[in-house]
Amino acid sequence: MARRVAVVVFPGTNCELDVARAIEPLGAQCVSVFHSESALGAVDAVIIPGGFAHGDYLRTGALAQFSPIMKAVATFAAAGGPVLGICNGFQILTETGLLPGALQKNAGLRFICADAALTVASNRSVLTRKMSTNDRLQIPINHFEGNFICDRETLAQIHANDQVVLRYADNPNGSLDDIAGICNEAGNVVGLMPHPERASDPILGSVDGVALFKSFLAVDA
Amino acid sequence: MRFNARVEVGHQPGILDPQGATVQRALPALGYDNVSEVQIGKSIRLVIDAADEATARRQVEEMCEHLLANPVIETYEVFLSEMASDTSAQKSSG
Repeated sequence: MARRVAVVVFPGTNCELDVARAIEPLGAQCVSVFHSESALGAVDAVIIPGGFAHGDYLRTGALAQFSPIMKAVATFAAAGGPVLGICNGFQILTETGLLPGALQKNAGLRFICADAALTVASNRSVLTRKMSTNDRLQIPINHFEGNFICDRETLAQIHANDQVVLRYADNPNGSLDDIAGICNEAGNVVGLMPHPERASDPILGSVDGVALFKSFLAVDA
Repeated sequence: MRFNARVEVGHQPGILDPQGATVQRALPALGYDNVSEVQIGKSIRLVIDAADEATARRQVEEMCEHLLANPVIETYEVFLSEMASDTSAQKSSG
């Protein structure tokens, strides 16, 4: 399994401790890596947690691509290393070009903080490799810009390559094709808007996020 | 040569604009019930030194493609004007 996990922290990131709290009970050791560093160190996986990297100035996720650590993340991803972007982390991965498309403002024009019912659309990605297609999950969302969009050709490619990882059962934000999470062509880079770390303990109302982290970390059983 | 560059960043057709929609809904309260569209984008102003206008324009357009706009959801338009040379002289002597 992935023993050492780099959790990338930008100025404005605010979910890094929640992520650590969720995955350390699964046996992972979290290494906090600040955005200004240029190397990830010896890690088995990378997580870009949620928040407001660089204040979301200009556009959500736009400035993070210029943080030195993102070159190391891109190299790690190109070598096949598992990379997970949650919420703002998903926005950063699209702005950086590691994932296709973009996240525009929610269709209802409101910030949404609510539980979302999800279905696993593909188990080809590192986030869902231990799950089954059509598995149902209850995981909260917390965003204003979570409405996935891309052009028609990109969507056709996403479908052809089986890159839709998670779909909303009841689309809350207008996302194209009900997309809640996608992966790159190889399946090792995944972004999703829902927060699995906020569904990782019975006290939080759902433990469905644990199954995703177990897949991502390749935890046995 | 020194240029004033203004980049107007707008929304691609079909992209949601909550600010524009909210302002449009507010205008009738001021008595303007004849406004059928409001779009709110960004205006970015730069001062750029380049050998000529074509170079300046190309560089600003590259900035738009890579940072200032996200072409998946945004449009951009670049407006350039050469700054008067005495303005730059005043600045450098300041």
